[in-house]
Amino acid sequence: MSGNPIDRIAQATPPGVAKRVRGLSDRAIAWLFVGPSVVLLLAVNIFPLIWTINLSFTNFKANRNRDVDYIGLRNYERILTDSDTWLSMQATAHFLFWTIFFQVLIGFALAYLINKKFKGNDLWTTIIVLPMMLSPAVVGNFWTFLYQPQIGLFNYVVQFFTGIDASSFSMIGSVSLAPWSIVIVDTWMWTPFVMLICLAGLRSIPDSIYEAAECDRASKWRQFWTLTVPMVLPFLMLAVLFRGIENFKMFDLVVQLTGGGPGSITTLTSIDLKREAFEKWRTGYASAYAVILFVTVFGLASIYVKALNKVKER
Amino acid sequence: MSSFINGLMRFRRGAWEMLATILIALGVFMLMQPFWMLAFTYSFIVTLVGTVMFIIVSHFPE
Repeated sequence: MSGNPIDRIAQATPPGVAKRVRGLSDRAIAWLFVGPSVVLLLAVNIFPLIWTINLSFTNFKANRNRDVDYIGLRNYERILTDSDTWLSMQATAHFLFWTIFFQVLIGFALAYLINKKFKGNDLWTTIIVLPMMLSPAVVGNFWTFLYQPQIGLFNYVVQFFTGIDASSFSMIGSVSLAPWSIVIVDTWMWTPFVMLICLAGLRSIPDSIYEAAECDRASKWRQFWTLTVPMVLPFLMLAVLFRGIENFKMFDLVVQLTGGGPGSITTLTSIDLKREAFEKWRTGYASAYAVILFVTVFGLASIYVKALNKVKER
Repeated sequence: MSSFINGLMRFRRGAWEMLATILIALGVFMLMQPFWMLAFTYSFIVTLVGTVMFIIVSHFPE
């Protein structure tokens, strides 16, 4: 028996299979390998997408056994003239903008600190990344306790720093504070993710560049703005892309935390969509809603990937 | 500005991608702004045109 593992594997192939495979071209063999993935992709991604687009032009209700009528663009018309949908879009915009803003700001600052060598560096990294390892449903649940006006720790921390009475405000019960309560929790949970991506970017910068800058007597401030920031920018943009797409479809955390309330002030589009699809059972309407969200995210991601490629080319 | 218009006339990727990007950004802003309901109503068509245009023009020559 030959010692070469490749020869041994070739010899182990049953003669019938070997004969059949020997007759195939390289292209055919390539398709043989890629084929299952393509079929899976078509079945799991492409077919449901086409089916959703098809349903969006109908009055189909998944809980009713009746004839389906094609109603043209009426679902789109209803969604785009509905003031509640408009409000949920605004709630999503508020949530998206502020979570990404705080996560990038704090995540980059933490990465910058962790990148400096100090005692206990690894321990602090582990402690910081703990929140993102938790389930969003669990996080949502225990933050509802932290936000309790009577027993919640959060209100007492605010009281300690500002002097405002802990029982005088409710983060998830107040119309003006509830949107911020979900921003705080999402920032707490996902800042470590942004930090890790930024840390990867910071650690990819060779020390020799900073040494050259030191030789040219560049100040720390100048090194930061002309070396660190441009070289970490592609990583930061990637983090923003990931968090943007993830937060656009944020559901579990917010449902556990506020349930979309008070009123509908924290009803994000994903929550609204779920209610239309599985509580009101307006499947056609919900499909049109999903198509609108899909096109929006797809358009934004296209711009973003283009910008990312441009930054990488520099 | 003249090079942008020139790029559009000659079906160059850079200029058309820029136009598609502006349309997508405008559509998303219209979708999520809190000021004008009519802009919200027409936001989807603007985003859709921008996105489809982006897919097509990304195959244009540089």
